[in-house]
Amino acid sequence: MPSPRYWREIPQRYRLEANKCKKCGKIFFPPRLICCECRGQAFEKIRLSDEGKIITFTVIRVAPQQFATQTPYVVAIVETKDEVRLTTQVADCKPEDVEIGKKVRLVFRKIQEEGKTGILCYGYKAVLV
Amino acid sequence: MRDVAIIGCGMTKFGELWKKSIRDIFVEAGLKAIDDAGVENIDSMYVGSMTSGLFVEQEHISAIMADYLGIAGIPAVRIESACASGGLALRQGFIEVTSGMNDIVLVGGVEKMTDGADATYALASAADQEYEVYNGITFPGLYAMIARAHMHRYGTTRKQLALVAVKNHKNGASNPNAQFQRETTIDGVINATMVADPLTLMDCSPVSDGAACVILCPLDQAKKYTDTPVKILASCAATDNIALHQRDDVTILKAVKLSGESAFKQAGISPGDIDVAEVHDCFTIAEICAIEDLGFVAKGKGGEFTEKGETALDGKIPINTSGGLKSKGHPVGATGIAQVIEIVEQLRGNAGKRQVKNAKVGLTQNMGGSGASSVVHIFRVV
Ligand SMILES: [Zn+2]
Repeated sequence: MPSPRYWREIPQRYRLEANKCKKCGKIFFPPRLICCECRGQAFEKIRLSDEGKIITFTVIRVAPQQFATQTPYVVAIVETKDEVRLTTQVADCKPEDVEIGKKVRLVFRKIQEEGKTGILCYGYKAVLV
Repeated sequence: MRDVAIIGCGMTKFGELWKKSIRDIFVEAGLKAIDDAGVENIDSMYVGSMTSGLFVEQEHISAIMADYLGIAGIPAVRIESACASGGLALRQGFIEVTSGMNDIVLVGGVEKMTDGADATYALASAADQEYEVYNGITFPGLYAMIARAHMHRYGTTRKQLALVAVKNHKNGASNPNAQFQRETTIDGVINATMVADPLTLMDCSPVSDGAACVILCPLDQAKKYTDTPVKILASCAATDNIALHQRDDVTILKAVKLSGESAFKQAGISPGDIDVAEVHDCFTIAEICAIEDLGFVAKGKGGEFTEKGETALDGKIPINTSGGLKSKGHPVGATGIAQVIEIVEQLRGNAGKRQVKNAKVGLTQNMGGSGASSVVHIFRVV
């Protein structure tokens, strides 16, 4: 992934920065330029809660090249306390310990190694609490 | 708005067509369709292709295909909407004919997926690259998360998912164009290699090469070319959030629901009036969600409905008589048009062993990504 494309997303991937519509209060992660609820265009920057729960999940056993060394790994849709959902790996667990509804915390982790040069790419992963 | 008919169809066999290039297969399907329709000239062309750039490093395929089909000079447009590219191309062709802009329009779809590209990587480009794919999800993984939520919420069983594949392979076994012309069993599906829990390899449609083309013309000219024109009663598309996690309910394919509702409205009929349908079973769970969200069965009851045999060839509403994406194959850009060809053959009464008795009205539903785009067409034999 070219570096501008990587660093553009750093506020979201490292710090869970989202934006909240000033008109209707809806929170967007990643931030958007227009609210799809009320079409408002004024937002305040917020940081998502790192506490959440599992909405649904899977165990990836066949992965694209940059994740191939990590299989099997769990990927889930997590809903944070602010009712925002994101797709994330669930780390440090046995696949059989993951269940819908279980509480998780989002932590900062290495996500993948880029292409041939193996540059480390970081972001959020969930861990069971 | 003029009424529009399909007057000719042509497709390649789907499968690993290693001896043929992307242009070979498109031209093969195109020539068959032109021959089937008996038209002399083509006014305009649309080509659906998801990502010929990633699969064979060739873009600009609208011009290449017109060139190699021997009709360069005409306007040709490539349409991309992930796996719904073919269906959406048909909608563009429909718009061109219904508007009166042109009379004879060729609409095709093509994908060459076995030329060595990393298919998992290429297909993932239909998801949200920065917020889904970056974190390690794959397409089977996205549908696996839908399946898990559906099972948890509605009690859909592992066996019911498997039964979708069993039925589609049974249908595909009698389709000479299908990639896998063989039956499978519940155990064969459940015990296959796990890809993304709870989905095994046998819940997933394959990686395929293939092309499919149809010829459109105004309905009032159609009898000049064929005794059995098939009228397009509705052509509707819709979109939804690109990322699965951004949808309020991951078990509902909203774009399918919206495109279905507008199509039934445009056609002036209801789901109960459909005699046969091809839906986008890229994964077994996708067929269950599609039949629910199109209104053939209540939400959450798709698994049970399948288990009762209501979607089989002799059921209440036969689904995927071609074998579906699962058994016929899924060359992504071609799929939407191949679905249409199966319905045209059914309505013409040419489906052989797969023929649904007295089929008069048929539906196709073609979707992109994890459901962020969907196209529904409804057809009636004239
Ligand atoms: Zn708002």
